[in-house]
Amino acid sequence: MELPHLWFVLIAVLWTGYFFLEGFDFGIGVLTGLLARDRREKRVLINTIGPVWDGNEVWLLSAAGATFAAFPDWYATLFSGFYLPLLVILVCLIVRGVAFEYRAKRPEERWQRNWERAIFWTSLGPAFLWGVVFANLVHGTPIGESGEIEGSVLELLGPHALLGGVLTLVLFTFHGAVFAALKTVGEIRLRARRTAGGLGLAAAALAVVSLGWTQAERGSTASAVAMAVSVGALVAALIANGSGREGWSFGWSGVAIAAFSAMLFLALFPDVMPSSLGAEWSLTVEGAASSPYTLRIMTWCAAIATPVVMLYQGWTYWVFRKRIGVQHIAEPVHPKTTAE
Amino acid sequence: MDLALAPETLARWQFGITTVYHFLFVPLTISLASLTAGLQTAWVRTGKEKYLRATKFWGKLFLINIALGVVTGILQEFQFGMNWSDYSRFVGDVFGAPLAFEALIAFFFESTFIGLWIFGWDRLPQRIHLACIWMVAIGTILSAYFILAANSWMQHPVGYRIDEESGRAELTDIVAVLTQNTAVAQFFHTIAAAFLAGGAFMVGIAAWHLMRGNHVPVMRSSLRVGLVTLVVSGLLVAASGDRLGKIMYEQQPMKMAAAEALWDTEAPAPFSLFAIGDVDKGHNTVAIELPGILSFLAHDNFYEAVPGINDTNEELKEKYGEKFGIDDFRPNIAVTYWGFRWMIGFGMASLGVGLLGLWLTRRRFLLAPELRTGEDEVPRLALTRGRVLGSRLERWYWRLAVLTIGFPLIASSWGWIFTEMGRQPWVVYGVLPTSSAVSPGVSQGEVITSMAIYTLLYGVLAVVEIKLLLKYAKAGPPELTEADLNPPKRIGGDHHDPEQQDRPMAFSY
Repeated sequence: MELPHLWFVLIAVLWTGYFFLEGFDFGIGVLTGLLARDRREKRVLINTIGPVWDGNEVWLLSAAGATFAAFPDWYATLFSGFYLPLLVILVCLIVRGVAFEYRAKRPEERWQRNWERAIFWTSLGPAFLWGVVFANLVHGTPIGESGEIEGSVLELLGPHALLGGVLTLVLFTFHGAVFAALKTVGEIRLRARRTAGGLGLAAAALAVVSLGWTQAERGSTASAVAMAVSVGALVAALIANGSGREGWSFGWSGVAIAAFSAMLFLALFPDVMPSSLGAEWSLTVEGAASSPYTLRIMTWCAAIATPVVMLYQGWTYWVFRKRIGVQHIAEPVHPKTTAE
Repeated sequence: MDLALAPETLARWQFGITTVYHFLFVPLTISLASLTAGLQTAWVRTGKEKYLRATKFWGKLFLINIALGVVTGILQEFQFGMNWSDYSRFVGDVFGAPLAFEALIAFFFESTFIGLWIFGWDRLPQRIHLACIWMVAIGTILSAYFILAANSWMQHPVGYRIDEESGRAELTDIVAVLTQNTAVAQFFHTIAAAFLAGGAFMVGIAAWHLMRGNHVPVMRSSLRVGLVTLVVSGLLVAASGDRLGKIMYEQQPMKMAAAEALWDTEAPAPFSLFAIGDVDKGHNTVAIELPGILSFLAHDNFYEAVPGINDTNEELKEKYGEKFGIDDFRPNIAVTYWGFRWMIGFGMASLGVGLLGLWLTRRRFLLAPELRTGEDEVPRLALTRGRVLGSRLERWYWRLAVLTIGFPLIASSWGWIFTEMGRQPWVVYGVLPTSSAVSPGVSQGEVITSMAIYTLLYGVLAVVEIKLLLKYAKAGPPELTEADLNPPKRIGGDHHDPEQQDRPMAFSY
C-alpha cells in the first residue's frame, strides 16, 4: 500500500478509536441527565468512566496531530473551515474535563449541581457537533481555489449535517447506555438496559436514513457494506441487550461505531475533503499528503506506539473491571479551611 | 467585520493569551508530577507515614493544577489549524511530526497513567501504583521535549528543504530537528524552570504552614525538598539560560540585541541595567550599564563586539528584505528588553530566596546544639552558628517564601513572551514571516468571538482553580485511613474477599 493511503487508513483508525472510546464517555455524560435519579446515581455513572476518560480523549489529539503531520492541507482546511463548531467543541471539552475533576472537590450544593449540568451539556454538545462536522466533511464543503472553506457558518447546518449530528448523539448515547449496563450493579444497571433498548432502535433508524443519504451521495460498494455492518451490529447489540448479555451488547455497539466511522472514511476516499464548488478544488489523499520521508517516519512511530498504547489502555480497563453501584460511592470528606 | 488591524494581530493576541495561560499550569504539572513521585517513593521505601501524607497532599494540588493544564492544552493543538492555517500548510510536513509524536507517545502515557494513579489506590499493589505516577512524570517530560523541539524549529529551522513545486517546507532530517542545539538547550532551560516553579510552590505552601506551626512533620520535609529543588533548579536555569543565550546570539542576533536595547555594535559591549529608548531615532535616551558584561554573555570574554540593533537591521534587510517584502526586522524593543529583564529578575530572585532558606534552615552540624530542632519542630531560622532571626524577621522570611510562589511563573511567562516576540517579524525564523501565516478564510469577527470566549472562560476557570488550590493548600495533608495503610495485594483490588465486595472506592469523582 502506498504511504498516503496507509496514512489515510491510520487517520481513520485514530478517529474510529476516538468515536469508540469517547463515544461512550459522551454517552455517559448525557445519561447523567437522562438515567440517573439522584446525585449518587449520577456519580455512579461518572465513576464508570472516571479512570479512563482522559486517556480516551487523547485519541482525538492523536487524530488531530497525525492529520497535521501526514496531511497538512487537510488539517489546515478542516480546522480553519470549521472554526465555529470547533470553537464550541473546544469550550465543551475544556469545561467537561474540569467538571469531572472539580465536581466533588467542594461540598456546596450549588457547586456540585452546576458542574453536573456542565457534564451533561458539554457531553451532549460535542456528541452532536462531531456528527455535524463529519456529515459536512463527507457531503462536501465550499472549498475554493485558495484551499480554504468559503461561505458562512450557516451553510454547515444543512439538513444532512443536522441529521448527522442527531445520529452521533443518539449512537453515542446508546453506546454509553450499554457501557453503563456493563459497568454498574444494582437497579441502575437494569434501567440502563431499558434505556439502551429505546436508544438502540432510534440509532438504527437514524443510521439507515443518515448513512443511506451519504451512501446515495458519495457511496461505493465498500461503504455500502460498512453501512450494512453498522446497522446490522446495532440490531445485534439490541438483541444482546434484550437478553441481558451486556458484554456482547457493548461489543456489538462498538462494532456499529467502528463500521459507522469506516463508512464515512470509505465514502470520502479518494478525497479527504471534497469541494462542493467543483471537483478540481477537492483535497485528495495524494494531493494533501506530506512528503514520503515524513510519512515513513510517522509510520515507524505509529507502528511502535499505537500497539503499546492499546496494550496499556486495555490493561487499565482490566484494572478497573469491577462493576460499581451506589454502595461504592463514598461521601467525600471535604477539608475544612483552617480558621485564621 | 474588518478592523484596521494587520490580519495577524488578533491571531497573535489570541495565541499569546491562550499560550501564556496554558503555560501557567505546565511548569507546575511537570515538576509536581516528579516531586509527588519522589515523595511516594520515599513512602514506599521508608514506610514513614509523613511521606504518604505528603504524597496525598501535594498529589491533590498537582491534580487540581493538571486538570487545567490538560484541557487548555487541547486548544493549543487545534489553534494552529484554526487561526494559522497558512502556517500549518507551510510547515506541517516538518512541524506536525513532533506534535504527532507528542500525542502518540507522551499524551497517551500521561493521561492513561494519571487515571490509574488517581483511582488506583485501592486497585493496584503499592509498587505498581507508584510506577504509575512515575509514568505520568515521564510523560510530562517527554511531552515537553517534543513540543520544545517543534518550537526550536521555529526559532532555528534545520533538517528541511523548501520544495520548489509547492513552495513548502519538507522534512529531510528528523534527527536534526529533534537534537539540534537549540532544542537541547531550550529543553534543559524549560525543564529547569519548571522545577524552579515546583520548588517555589512547595517552599511557599510549606512556609505558610510552618509560620503557623501546622502539620509540622510533613511541612518540614516538604520545605526541605522544596528548597533543594529550588536551589538546584535555579542554578540549572542560570547555566542553561546562559547556554541558550549564546546560541541565540549566533542564531538570532536581532533578538539578543533587542533584549539589551543595544542600538549600535559595541566592543566591548555593556550589559544594560536600565534603559529608556527612542525607537524612531534608534538610540537610548537614558541608560545605566555594566561595561563588558554583554560581551561575556555572548562570547565568554570581555572584549569581543556584539552587533547592535541598527547594524543587524541593515544586514537583515539586505539578506531578506526584497525576498519577503519586509523593510523593518526589529521586534518590539521595549517588550523584548523588559521581558528579558523580568525573566532573569524573577527567576534569580526565586533562586535567592531558595539559597537564603537553605542557609537559614541548614543541617545540624552547622548549628549550635540549642538551635537544633527535631522532626516535629518548626526549624529555627539561624543566621550564624549561634544566632537566630528575631521573630519578626522570621515571619518576614516565611512571608517572602509564600510570595515567591508567583516568581517563577512570572519569569516563565516573560521568558516565553520574550523569545516569541523577540523572533518577530518571523514565525519561522528566516523562512516564513508571521504576516503570511494566518488563516485567510477566518474573519476577524470569528477571531474576536473566540478570543472573547476563551478569555472569559479562562478568567472564570482561573478564579475557580485558585480558590480550590487555596482551600486544599490551607487544609493541609489529610489524615490516613486504614485502607491507605493496607494497599491491595492483587491487581484490580482485593474484592474477591466477600467482606470487601461493597467497600466504597478509595477515590471517586
